[in-house]
Amino acid sequence: MSKPADVTDATFDTEVLKSDRPVLVDFWAPWCGPCRMVAPLVEELADEYDGKVKFLKLNTDESVNTAAKYGIRSIPTLLMFKGGEAVDQVIGFRPKGDLKRVLDKALA
Amino acid sequence: MARQTYDIVIIGGGPAGLAAGLYAARARRGTVLLEKGVIGGQISLTELVENYPGVPSVNGFDLAQTMLKQAESCGLETQFAETTAVEQKGRLWLVRTTGDEYVAKAVIVTAGADYNKLGVPGEERLTGRGVSYCATCDAAFFKGQHVAVVGGGDAAMDEGLFTTRHVDKATVIHRRDRLRASAILQERAFANPKLEFVWNTVVTEIVGDEAVTGVRLHNLETREDSTMDVAAVFVFIGQHPNTDFLRGLVSMDEGGHIVVNEWMETGLPGLYAAGDARQNAARQVVSSAGDGATAAIAAEHYIGSNFAAEELGLRSSS
Repeated sequence: MSKPADVTDATFDTEVLKSDRPVLVDFWAPWCGPCRMVAPLVEELADEYDGKVKFLKLNTDESVNTAAKYGIRSIPTLLMFKGGEAVDQVIGFRPKGDLKRVLDKALA
Repeated sequence: MARQTYDIVIIGGGPAGLAAGLYAARARRGTVLLEKGVIGGQISLTELVENYPGVPSVNGFDLAQTMLKQAESCGLETQFAETTAVEQKGRLWLVRTTGDEYVAKAVIVTAGADYNKLGVPGEERLTGRGVSYCATCDAAFFKGQHVAVVGGGDAAMDEGLFTTRHVDKATVIHRRDRLRASAILQERAFANPKLEFVWNTVVTEIVGDEAVTGVRLHNLETREDSTMDVAAVFVFIGQHPNTDFLRGLVSMDEGGHIVVNEWMETGLPGLYAAGDARQNAARQVVSSAGDGATAAIAAEHYIGSNFAAEELGLRSSS
């Protein structure tokens, strides 16, 4: 199973905003229970969408600036980036089907 | 859509369902537990469980994972799907879900409860933008700020106390003139210098454009309206049982809680309800687990005396 790599304040620009593929960023923190439930779903999706969508995770404790920039006030939050812009978001724990819809929309 | 056959189907993966699963699996019944969201249910959002005997203090998510591993090691299967209907088919039960269908000899409903929303303007729109139902998840985003905590029960105090690790000030807004929370939590809450209390007051609106900037309040005694500037609103005003998919099938009270006897029997042969979904539940981890064990033992007796040995231990798909 492919684990989403970490992205930080320092690498966000290159890894996410300048990516030529759509990017799904999982905003999480170690103390957040529901985040730990979302993580395995995101890993499964990373396998299923391998090559089409890039999957990254951002620790909101460590990368405070990026979390603040995108107005993250609740985690888990998944942000879908396309062409350097946040185009969709999923707040809280949601079933896999909901997440697939967001990914498919970004690829359409 | 596949149809799967089990001895026992358990609907809901909170403490009641996990305990029922442990007992059913140890009785060597083919058992599947269906969960629509997060294993552990409400406790997966609880920072600390401190009243489960034998476990002095544990994170709720971790406790649920431990319960799951224990039950799975005895043979419990888990599948993720939301149940949409339960139907009686002769001596058997059919459970319809958003995924597969399940046929079972007995069904244990441990679907638990979800938190209530305030139902005021601004709440829906600002959810995730300052409106939160999980302080452990979101309080850290409001470091050094002033937040509101709505409610007066155990959850409101637990979560309100948790917010004070991060925020500068948390104001508890409660519609009555005293708390309903257990005495030990009240002691901690009143002793915490960061917690303030506004009594006899309800929230009538949550305001903010991009994010929460305040709440409008109405005092039920003086009938005065006011506004309070806050960066977040944490809502803990009780819960409602997840029993809509059983309406018309079993007896329920006005709040939608399923009526059962002391063996968690609903009155329909082979159908049980346990934990927060049932009437008169104590709504504690330990009582829910006890309920789940009772229901599994009752289901085991029912199956043993109503089905022949060769019909049991089934686990097949078609």
